[in-house]
Amino acid sequence: MLTDLTLAEASAGLADRRFSAAELTEAHLAAIAALNPRLNAYITLAEDSARAEAAAADAARARGEAGPLAGIPLAIKDLFCTEGLRTTAASRILGNFIPPYESTVTANLRRAGAVFLGKANLDEFAMGSSNMTSAFGPVENPWKPRGDAAAKLVPGGSSGGSAAAVAARLALGATGTDTGGSIRQPASFCGIAGIKPTYGRCSRWGIVAFASSLDQAGPFARTVQDCAILLGAMAGHDPKDSTSADRPVPDFAAACTRSLKGMRIGIPREYRAPGMSGAIEALWQRGLDWLRAAGAEPVEVSLPHTKYGLATYYIVAPAECSSNLARYDGVRFGLREEGTDLTQLYERTRAAGFGAEVRRRILIGTYVLSAGYYDAYYLKAQKVRALIHRDFTDAFGKVDALLTPTAPSAAFAQGANMDDPVQMYLNDVFTVPASMAGVPAMSVPAGLDADGLPLGLQVIGRPFDEETVFAVAAAIEREAGFDARPAIRAGVTP
Amino acid sequence: MSYVIEGSTGAWEVVIGLEVHAQVVSQAKLFSGAATAFGAEPNTQVSFVDAAFPGMLPVINRECVAQAVRTGLGLGAHINLVSRFDRKNYFYADLPPGYQISQYQHPIVGAGVIEIELGDGSTKSIGVTRLHLEQDAGKSLHDQHPTKSYIDLNRAGVALMEIVSEPDLRSPEEAGAYLRKLRTILRYLGTCDGNMEEGSMRADVNVSVRRHGEPFRTRCEVKNVNSVRFVMQAIEVEARRQVEIWEAGGAVDQETRLFDAARGITRSMRSKEEAHDYRYFPDPDLLPLVLDEAWVATLKAALPELPDAKRRRFMDEYGLPFYDSAVLVAEQATADFYETIARGRDAKLAANWVMGDLFAALNRTGRTIETSPVSAAALGALLDLMADNTINGRIAKEVFEAMVDTGEAPGAIVERKGLRQVTDTAAIDEAVTAVLAANPEKLAEYRSGKEKLFGFFVGQVMKAMAGKGNPALVNAALKRQLG
Repeated sequence: MLTDLTLAEASAGLADRRFSAAELTEAHLAAIAALNPRLNAYITLAEDSARAEAAAADAARARGEAGPLAGIPLAIKDLFCTEGLRTTAASRILGNFIPPYESTVTANLRRAGAVFLGKANLDEFAMGSSNMTSAFGPVENPWKPRGDAAAKLVPGGSSGGSAAAVAARLALGATGTDTGGSIRQPASFCGIAGIKPTYGRCSRWGIVAFASSLDQAGPFARTVQDCAILLGAMAGHDPKDSTSADRPVPDFAAACTRSLKGMRIGIPREYRAPGMSGAIEALWQRGLDWLRAAGAEPVEVSLPHTKYGLATYYIVAPAECSSNLARYDGVRFGLREEGTDLTQLYERTRAAGFGAEVRRRILIGTYVLSAGYYDAYYLKAQKVRALIHRDFTDAFGKVDALLTPTAPSAAFAQGANMDDPVQMYLNDVFTVPASMAGVPAMSVPAGLDADGLPLGLQVIGRPFDEETVFAVAAAIEREAGFDARPAIRAGVTP
Repeated sequence: MSYVIEGSTGAWEVVIGLEVHAQVVSQAKLFSGAATAFGAEPNTQVSFVDAAFPGMLPVINRECVAQAVRTGLGLGAHINLVSRFDRKNYFYADLPPGYQISQYQHPIVGAGVIEIELGDGSTKSIGVTRLHLEQDAGKSLHDQHPTKSYIDLNRAGVALMEIVSEPDLRSPEEAGAYLRKLRTILRYLGTCDGNMEEGSMRADVNVSVRRHGEPFRTRCEVKNVNSVRFVMQAIEVEARRQVEIWEAGGAVDQETRLFDAARGITRSMRSKEEAHDYRYFPDPDLLPLVLDEAWVATLKAALPELPDAKRRRFMDEYGLPFYDSAVLVAEQATADFYETIARGRDAKLAANWVMGDLFAALNRTGRTIETSPVSAAALGALLDLMADNTINGRIAKEVFEAMVDTGEAPGAIVERKGLRQVTDTAAIDEAVTAVLAANPEKLAEYRSGKEKLFGFFVGQVMKAMAGKGNPALVNAALKRQLG
């Protein structure tokens, strides 16, 4: 089946004219038509434009002008503004927003020839770890616990739609954004690979902002190499984003075959969370064994401020979001609920437009920035953030990369953790520190738990050293031989 | 004589600090590429960044930074090589992102000083606390529709310099002098056009009163006063209001007030309790602003001669008094105009002509120095005609008026009207003889000791010669014949 191909295989097939971009796109559109009503991975489908883009890719290839992603069908997280194509951030407040501009990352992908199948579901404004906060309904994880076909699990979040689409073969790859784990945790929950590159590697221009100092775009795919190919096309300096790094984009795909001989891999002892499941503990140990087998040397390291990561994150991210989301006021675009005066217009629009989790974070953020609380919360959090960053700098003085579990559990049931935001936030406990430090981190599928649900391992690298991250993740991928597939996928509906 | 307000219980000193918002002269806005021209159709100079569309990001405009640095250098201020942009959060319809990007804790320019000139010829140094860069908001128009407000975002995102003074000012006059001097410096630097009518320079006025020698009392901030005259009026009425409160046994509340120019009062806008909590925090979309020391030095080397230096030079080089120099340097164009005339000529005479006849003509015709009907070269030529005795001073005034009216060159006017000075001593002697003959009584009085009548005879001779007699020769001829 065309939908079962990896991105690299599909590219080769297109290059060899074994099938056309039009056929590849049709295969995915058919799978979407069959499964998306159930999975809800896409908020908006772009069948017509996808067909046109596929035809254009075929024509470009016929002229010998095919770009590196010519004809590759992708899902685009609905946080990336796409010109002329509705962009909702999974929020009612942007429910009918059609951007008159294209984000830099998606423009880069278009230039490479990619085909956009549609806009993928997510937690509202990327705030969540389960995709349950989407105003367009939850996404169903295509994986089922062994023997429980009726169970509905979350795909993780916030990029749940992207991860579910790639896992269920409704796209060869997808874009995501990661603020505290929003690529890595859903990748782990859906049994696929996903990387949050170094902060500044991809332009944030045209991506609906959640927390500006943390937001970073990255790819999902079913293999490490496919992620490397996608990131190579997404990344690059953008003068329109002052925080975008002006440095060359290396050949990430080539890094996937690098040897690990002589490499030192750090095992941060603080990630041995009490109450961690035995399956995750065991998988982590297997990961170490695989890396040793690949020629690397495991080294225990300490990241002493890890325990403050989550608390710090839930001050910094809401603070920034409370300011970033002030622009959704009903005045210029998006939802507008009329009022008798300006204040009532604001109140009605924002009450109707934002869901509970977004409102919660705006309130927390407003609180921590308020006069009298700023020093105790925001300023203190910034100081702790600097210490977390230093933890990584110190560790990377001794090792080349770190290996940790991606998430403290496998995918959980839809509706679980909904009444306890702190429990929900704990999903990000292993992913948040790398976000706070701005360093690259990748989740790679490594095994299944006792219920047959996928688990990922996280590889964290030095700033702008995604190459080592890819090399280590690819080694784990090879050693793990992970070939399990979700119960629901293109061509298979249980 | 220091300025005080006489209350019913004694004299009160007024303490004033000014926060001036000066719109930066630049082609594009502070963080977007949209244009900044004044007077464009509403909402025609708005980028997606200015309108705060989702995913839009600010990028600092290098020229605006250069303008702020130039201004800082012009104020003799410390340039902070590392500064930072913060978000000032508040909701308003003409503030699309819900926050203004400003510099709260780490401004680009630190302490400086402005020397002001007062009416009595004295000067006073006023401290500048800081200068920072920030965005302007858009404009809300509440009078276009019975129930709706209109928003114009052309101004949203335009770069402003907020220039904060120390509370060093002690009278409306000093505040006026400070504003005028600051405006002069900004115009010299070309960093702000200083046009208060168009809103490109606005002032927030902090006013408090106290007994002489006391620590500061509570101040009020009078917002957005848009002319020098209104600033001076606002200070006076606000200070009087505060004096009345204190003298009645009350206490002034710290609050933000508005100046109602029509009614000549200030009124409360919001109290301290209603003050916004702006929730300042560093803008995560922008990196710290780091300036290269060499770049700053390049800007410094390219600064024009500033008003204080020019005034001192005019006093040294042209021998002008302080007052004349200060008047001539107030506008760079006037100073240039003056220098074009003064170079190689009688500098004091040139100053008198510029400050006297020229300024009067500009006033009368409603022109500015830039659009003067008489060019500097033409006025210089007129002075040359006096210097070489082609015309005398009295005729020069007549020629000047003709120049204002017709734009003709002075030489041509002199020839056309036959105004050339008479230096023919025979002709002068003839005129003198005739005048003396026609005024026998006055002659007798003069001869009997009433020497003041000499001026009368000079006038009569000049009149007889249609004003064209060379004054020195007329004097000499009269003296000779009067014996």
